[in-house]
Amino acid sequence: MKPPPFEYVAAHSVEEALDVLVTHGWDAKVLAGGQSLIPTLNFRLAAPAILVDLNPVSELAFIEANGMLRIGAMTRQRTLERDETIARLAPLITAAMPHVAHPQIRTRGTIGGSLAHCDPAAELPAVCLALDATLVARSQRGERAIPARDFFFGLFSTALEPDELLTEIRIPPMPPNTRYAFREVARRHGDFALAGVALTLQLDEAGRIRAPRVALFGVHDAALLSESAMRLLDGAAPSEALVREAAEAVAHDIEPSSDIHASAAYRTHLAKVLTARALRDALGDALGHATE
Amino acid sequence: MTARETRYFGKPVRRNEDPKLLTGRALFVDDVDLPGMLHAAFYRSPYAHARIRAIDVSAAKAMPGVVAVYTAEDLGDYWQPGPLLVPPPPVHKMPVFNKRTQVPLAKEKVRFVGEPIVLVVAESRYIAEDALEQIDVAFEPLPAVVDVEAALAPDAPLVHEDAGTNIAAHVIQEKGNWEEALAAADVVIERRFVYDHGHAAPMETRGIVAHWDARMQTLTVWDTTQAPIPIRNGLAGMLGLSEHQVRVIAPFIGGGFGPKIMMFYQEEVLIPWASMQLARPIKWIEDRRENFLAMTQERYQIHDAKIALTRDGKILGVWDSFLHDTGAYIPYGLTVPLNAQCTLLGPYVVPHYYSEFKAVFTTKAIVTPYRGAGRQHGVFVMERLLDIAARELGLDRTEIRRKNFIPPDAFPWDNEIIYQDFAPLVYDSGNYEPALDKAMEMIGYRRFLEEEKARYRAEGRHVGLGIVAYVEGTGIGPYEGARVQVQPNGKVIVATGVGTQGQGHFTSFAQVVAEQLGVPVEDITVVTGDTAEFHWGTGTFASRGAVVAGSAIYEAAKAVREKVLRMASEELEVSPDDLELADGNVFVRGAPDRALRLGDLAIAANPLRGAVAPDTEPGLEATRYFGPPRGATASGVHAMLLEVDPETGFVRILKYVVVHDCGTVINPLIVEGQIHGGVAQGIGNAFYEKIVYDEHGQLLTASFMDYLVPTAMEVPPMEVAHVETPSPWNPLGAKGVGEAGAIPVGPLFAQALEDAFDNAFEVTEIPLSPQQVWALVHGSKEKQS
Ligand SMILES: Cc1cc2nc3c(=O)[nH]c(=O)nc-3n(C[C@H](O)[C@H](O)[C@H](O)COP(=O)(O)OP(=O)(O)OC[C@H]3O[C@@H](n4cnc5c(N)ncnc54)[C@H](O)[C@@H]3O)c2cc1C
Repeated sequence: MKPPPFEYVAAHSVEEALDVLVTHGWDAKVLAGGQSLIPTLNFRLAAPAILVDLNPVSELAFIEANGMLRIGAMTRQRTLERDETIARLAPLITAAMPHVAHPQIRTRGTIGGSLAHCDPAAELPAVCLALDATLVARSQRGERAIPARDFFFGLFSTALEPDELLTEIRIPPMPPNTRYAFREVARRHGDFALAGVALTLQLDEAGRIRAPRVALFGVHDAALLSESAMRLLDGAAPSEALVREAAEAVAHDIEPSSDIHASAAYRTHLAKVLTARALRDALGDALGHATE
Repeated sequence: MTARETRYFGKPVRRNEDPKLLTGRALFVDDVDLPGMLHAAFYRSPYAHARIRAIDVSAAKAMPGVVAVYTAEDLGDYWQPGPLLVPPPPVHKMPVFNKRTQVPLAKEKVRFVGEPIVLVVAESRYIAEDALEQIDVAFEPLPAVVDVEAALAPDAPLVHEDAGTNIAAHVIQEKGNWEEALAAADVVIERRFVYDHGHAAPMETRGIVAHWDARMQTLTVWDTTQAPIPIRNGLAGMLGLSEHQVRVIAPFIGGGFGPKIMMFYQEEVLIPWASMQLARPIKWIEDRRENFLAMTQERYQIHDAKIALTRDGKILGVWDSFLHDTGAYIPYGLTVPLNAQCTLLGPYVVPHYYSEFKAVFTTKAIVTPYRGAGRQHGVFVMERLLDIAARELGLDRTEIRRKNFIPPDAFPWDNEIIYQDFAPLVYDSGNYEPALDKAMEMIGYRRFLEEEKARYRAEGRHVGLGIVAYVEGTGIGPYEGARVQVQPNGKVIVATGVGTQGQGHFTSFAQVVAEQLGVPVEDITVVTGDTAEFHWGTGTFASRGAVVAGSAIYEAAKAVREKVLRMASEELEVSPDDLELADGNVFVRGAPDRALRLGDLAIAANPLRGAVAPDTEPGLEATRYFGPPRGATASGVHAMLLEVDPETGFVRILKYVVVHDCGTVINPLIVEGQIHGGVAQGIGNAFYEKIVYDEHGQLLTASFMDYLVPTAMEVPPMEVAHVETPSPWNPLGAKGVGEAGAIPVGPLFAQALEDAFDNAFEVTEIPLSPQQVWALVHGSKEKQS
């Protein structure tokens, strides 16, 4: 479990990193927290000729809020977990972070690394979908803003081109009547989820659900929004029956795979159970009123 | 002995070794770094079963930094199948035993994924691994033999063609006559049980550093073995050296749990040999992937079992026939299936017993003992049978156990079958009811059943209680030895042959000596696992360290004490009976100023002039050996409250209680630590860890992402209580405690889970998983509707 030989370049700016990427294309790999990349190298599942280390690029580690919440790609997951601005403006992130691996790993792992890596069972892609985030990619050709729903293609595959760097994540402000919830089950605390749900929704003045965003992970080849559940929820009055119906509906949108930890059928079942629980968490009192 | 009332023995003394371990100053094998050291890596079989047609290592050999590449051919006469570490004991009937042991490097055929084929030695491990990628082996794949039942089909592919069968061993043992039990029975219960135990996953993987010093003509080997002395003796024999030319050091080891006592691992045979070939030190540190593939494991047994009882719940007899997956070879003989066969009987009176097993070759990693070593499998069968019987007879599950316990006045208790130590399975002592009572009290048995369970249910919560009993055969022979020496500075050195893997030997053994010599525990240095310090003994296994090595140390310390008393009585002109030892001094009772330092006596005992009297020995030193006539049988009861989420199948342990009897407790802190660790591994076995091979014999759980050992987040706090029934068969009264925590957790989970759903389903398989729990709950609901 030692990596094959590679060349190493420490980038000190985004430009320097982009230079290497444009010269080496697919032969180069960006090194962020290394928590997914280094095991891949040690197992000799990948053999990039050159590693571009983003750790010295301090301009990519930031959290800023002026209207839009902006998070630099090299922001550590542990920072996201503890940051007060994030807790205020995007508490869904705060709720999700303790489920991402273990403190030691979060201390190294970055938000950009998790999104670019695109593990189907990772939390952060689903959180970005539920928050309607935009991911910003830069190359020497320029900058692109990619909506989260167009970013995650499938297993370890994203909209990023080989010459592009993910530089920041933009999260729109949440309207005041926004509700959110996060639920997952993993075999052990800190494991990748068997299934999980991150969702946001708003309640209008009449108490109806608006703009629901139900994102699932661990149950498809990448995190995804359940359009079927969202169609049912949008404009509906909260009720236990609605919760159950929406939970059932997620099954239409997902195609879980079977592995040694869970069969596809069990994962589908978990997706439904967790969707129902997350909706109950989010609706809370609203649900209580509706059922009375 | 009187030791129990005194200062060191039986006290929760903090561990002598911890400052070193906690500050990272302890020496582990990977810390050994020698000038000119080379690094090894192995090309391992990617197939479970294949013929080797050709091996081309030319490209690997030509790589810069590669020093040597060896295949089986290059080993010449050194290539030999390994020894049969434990030959079969004299069991009642053994129609088949096919001795097939592992080879250093596979020659014509590979028999499991991970079996070594080529050894590469290079200037760094990185280069060695790069070279592995340049090795070209032409394989002709053969069908894998994965399932033990399929392996016995007449047309099954054979793991060892020359054996003509996949049966490695067939053993029958009997007590009384099962037919009689059957004829007298009011009830007979029959079930199939599958118990799968897993991978030991020690924190430190295996590792070896071998250094042939061509000038000194000595070989020094640092090895993560649990048995350094047999490794030294074996290596000397294989390499044509005399034993004193070989020194094996098992330094601090990050967990052993059984698999580190496999003699010999292929790597253990090869690395010292290669060091002699190249006259340079060589290091091999197993990586985690290799550890999953190539370190020995424990795996599954399929039991078809029956129990015959009277209407009021008395056991008349048990009948059991099981298949045991032994993997590609059987170097450890019958130890694991015999432990299952013997431990099944548990703390119960079983008048008639018929037990038959077949150990089956499969194309998977070799099976050897791992903490519990088959005991889990047997205990699961018996405890499950009793639960099902209690249900069928309308008896309380604790009552059926109590009714069948061996009474305290019936010891020694002869089970009339042969145990893994070659002796009849005789329990030395035991007292089971107090442990059951105590566990019931601690878990709140009555209160839970009468009030709490219904209250939980009213809240929509599914909480179940489990309570099970077990015995653990420990402390078997043949023997261990020890040397105790008081140094001129008054401090004491204790040397013994067993290796240490974190059990607290440096403290427990020191306590035994402290008690005899009145020297503070921290002034006693224990040396273990270095053949240059002590070269008689066998090793650390079968929960025998404290019992066997501990007793040898006790005897040696007692001999030194007698010498101290003899010398001091002459010097102080008082009777030895009037002397006392404390704080490093020997003094006249009631006159503490008439004292001598032990250090001064040590100097006087080693004079530079004058004469040492005939028939005496110089120094305050003694060496003694201890071999118990038979093992000591520990026992216990575990209980827990388990909450189950019926929608997801996930569980949470609300309370965990252990009442344990390991005879005389030397250090309760260490005993509890052993139990905590054991229970953690038991919980892993019951609900998290599962070795999965696919139908091609590929290991799907070759990393900690997939092989799920429980972490501090999954293991609950435990309440531990002791019952002490000393063993009459060793001077300390001790019984082993190494495996106790791990043994009964499977049936405990099963019972608690069933209880949480009012026995709506039966659990007959371990390990469980959330998915399986969900399927059981879901299945029982469908049956109801
Ligand atoms: C034991 C363990 C448990 C884990 N459990 C979880 C879990 O439960 N949930 C979870 O979500 N994750 C989990 N992870 C993964 C962890 O969160 C990783 O940190 C994360 O997936 C990758 O982040 P990183 O910064 O370490 O990226 P790296 O490993 O450095 O990189 C990952 C990939 O992304 C690319 N990349 C990184 N940054 C950029 C960028 N800015 N632009 C373009 N490409 C980039 C790299 O080239 C590489 O291909 C676990 C990891 C471990 C070791």
